[in-house]
Amino acid sequence: MAESTRDIKRRIRGISNTKQITKAMELVSSAKLRKAREKMAKSRPYYNTIYDNIKQVLNETGSLGHPYLDTRDVENSLYIVITADRGLAGGFNSNVIRKAEEDIRDKKDNTYLITVGLKGREYFKRRGYNIAGEFIGMTEEPNFSHAKDIGEMVMDMFEKKEIDEVYIVYTEFITTISQQVKKLKLLPSEDIREGVSQKGTVIEFEPSPEEVLDYLIPKYIESVIYGALIESSSSQQGARRTAMESATDNAEEMIEELQLSYNRARQAAITAEISEIVSGAEALK
Amino acid sequence: MGFMLKIVTPDREFFSEEVDRVIVRGVEGDLAVLKNRAPIVTPLAIGKIRILKDDKERIAAAVDGYISVTKDETTIITDAAEWPEEIDVKRAEEAKLRAEKRLKERPEGLDIARAELALKRALNRLEVANLKKFDDEKFNQ
Repeated sequence: MAESTRDIKRRIRGISNTKQITKAMELVSSAKLRKAREKMAKSRPYYNTIYDNIKQVLNETGSLGHPYLDTRDVENSLYIVITADRGLAGGFNSNVIRKAEEDIRDKKDNTYLITVGLKGREYFKRRGYNIAGEFIGMTEEPNFSHAKDIGEMVMDMFEKKEIDEVYIVYTEFITTISQQVKKLKLLPSEDIREGVSQKGTVIEFEPSPEEVLDYLIPKYIESVIYGALIESSSSQQGARRTAMESATDNAEEMIEELQLSYNRARQAAITAEISEIVSGAEALK
Repeated sequence: MGFMLKIVTPDREFFSEEVDRVIVRGVEGDLAVLKNRAPIVTPLAIGKIRILKDDKERIAAAVDGYISVTKDETTIITDAAEWPEEIDVKRAEEAKLRAEKRLKERPEGLDIARAELALKRALNRLEVANLKKFDDEKFNQ
């Protein structure tokens, strides 16, 4: 055995310390994940109701145009990229960043970014992208007011024609162990018109359908952003938990292996010593 | 028999029960909804939501939102809704003073509409919070 027992002992101790940390982080993210999922469940009715209502309105007023719904020639685009503030979450941040960069790499000059989370900001800033806005420090517990701020910013730029389309890149929470990066077209949200079918009931709109739509669409945009923030925060915790879980497992495995070679080295040292003594005693005869 | 009323905010389903009547402040004025009302969608102003059921009344403060009445149910979507007992009177008081001060001083670059809205929200909260005692007696009989 090349390694001395003392060296191996030291390595085991080092890895145990790391294991303790990853284990603690795993537990922390488990707790946070539970909280985030509760929040997600609570916010779903809001989003769903707005979505249904907006469909109803469009259903009634099918031909009604709205600047937020109609496509125009695209010159500049804006991407909202939702990452985490902190790493150690497996591929969570890099997956989101990769997905966003795939799209915008070739049109750097015509693309603006709103980055949510420290990791995304660092990455895109270093590579010289145009960053129109940044939101950090709230990715773990997003509030509706954050979504509102982002939404207002986006709609303002869209109205001024600084940008002609808006995408949002976030991580959809499927299960605790499975999350998927998604890209959604936020503005103009033409797809909301699709699937509008059932006719029949007449709905009143006060003061007028146009004004109701004017009110509803920004609400819808904000609720989509809020949904994406919430999904991402759950996904973030899920990804971190999984990453830390496998780190803990790996550490355990390493410790086991090292313990084995430690025992072997110890046994070898003892055997060597015995044979030295025996051969010493032989020599004296 | 009443109708289903749901009040939904981004962070929770605030209220979901059968009620007899609900009175809200729409942008065009107060609006009472009874069972079998013709479907309507209208934005709401900052104000109270009054829910009536079996001669009992509950009041909640609502900030911005809209109401949607369909055949089956009535839904109120709002950014924030609070029962009187949930209102942080001290915070509302502070928000009121802050907004008043800002409106009086009018510093450079002040978003007047925003400050006015903040003042309205604070006043509404305070008003609803003050109604608390009176209504609790009525509702809990």
